[in-house]
Amino acid sequence: MTNRELIIALGYLLASVLFILGIKLLGKPSTARRGNFYSAVGMLVAVGVTLMHQNILSWTEIFATVLVGTAIGWIAAKRVEMTQMPEMVALFNGFGGAASMFVATSEQWHVAIEQGGKPELITAITTVVSIIIGAITLTGSLIAYGKLSGKVSGKAIVFSGQHLLNLVLALAMVGAAVWSIQAPAHLLPLLLMLGIALLLGVLTVIPIGGADMPVVVSLLNSYSGIAACATGFVLNNQVLIIAGALVGASGLILTQIMCKAMNRSLVSVLLGGFGQTSGSG
Amino acid sequence: MDTQTFITLLYVLILATFVGFELITKVPPTLHTPLMSGSNAISGITIVGAILATGPEPGDFSISKILGIAALLFATINVVGGYAVTDRMLQMFKKKKK
Repeated sequence: MTNRELIIALGYLLASVLFILGIKLLGKPSTARRGNFYSAVGMLVAVGVTLMHQNILSWTEIFATVLVGTAIGWIAAKRVEMTQMPEMVALFNGFGGAASMFVATSEQWHVAIEQGGKPELITAITTVVSIIIGAITLTGSLIAYGKLSGKVSGKAIVFSGQHLLNLVLALAMVGAAVWSIQAPAHLLPLLLMLGIALLLGVLTVIPIGGADMPVVVSLLNSYSGIAACATGFVLNNQVLIIAGALVGASGLILTQIMCKAMNRSLVSVLLGGFGQTSGSG
Repeated sequence: MDTQTFITLLYVLILATFVGFELITKVPPTLHTPLMSGSNAISGITIVGAILATGPEPGDFSISKILGIAALLFATINVVGGYAVTDRMLQMFKKKKK
């Protein structure tokens, strides 16, 4: 291990500790703001040491993109009304899902199509997992954003055979995923899988009523953690796995707590169709 | 990825998942949204993967790199916006308490 690799590894360790402390402190009113600050410092450390990686050479592209992204994120966060916070979180969460989807697709494209290689089985499996969960998180969060902001009807959209349709689509998606794992250089299975995943994100959120949306956003937040975690396996990167698993697991617990607070079970929320009658969220 | 590396990563995954489950116990309802928002910002850790995907071959815009740049843009918005929004919510929360 070179000195550079050592610093990167220790930086990731420090970032992981800061994330754990951050989530812990976020759970108490008196320390919540400090917790968020610790976790932001952890993110800065993780980004900082990643820039030391020997394959990082495209400085112009990276800094230009980060500058634009920072400006958009910052302005959006400052301008949003306090009452619009949940929908803003949903939108940001969707972007996180999109990021995982794009990273995994980029990696598969690079290895299988541009270099003509065949990814190892574990890498191939985690790649499709990352793409699928990332895509579902993206469109699911966009629908949640639409419902919360009133751009999409907040009513539960239910039609007969809905669950059957979702099941058939899910099976087709798994089929396309297996095909893509076996033929990673082929575009058709990749695009098919991606397309169905994007569609499933929409279809699984539209039957859920507006009042249940915060629970759904929390669950989708947990998904984006799992997607990040899968991306960690694709890239063999421990900080992605740790942070992703932390968000995935704690997000699931938070979702349960939120369900309990509104006297609902997670299953009844997800099956949908009840949201508009349950009143307060 | 060799089996040894995979097993090590699997250890990391399982242990981190347990930590994640234990971290949150009793959270007052007022903190639900900030906590969700704060952990959403952490899931923006994909920014690390996005930087790695954007990193190589400066000036050469292959499709994998364009996908990396798209990932980096979305991840950056997620991270910066996520932390800023969470901080704004918590700021308000503090004022309310006083």
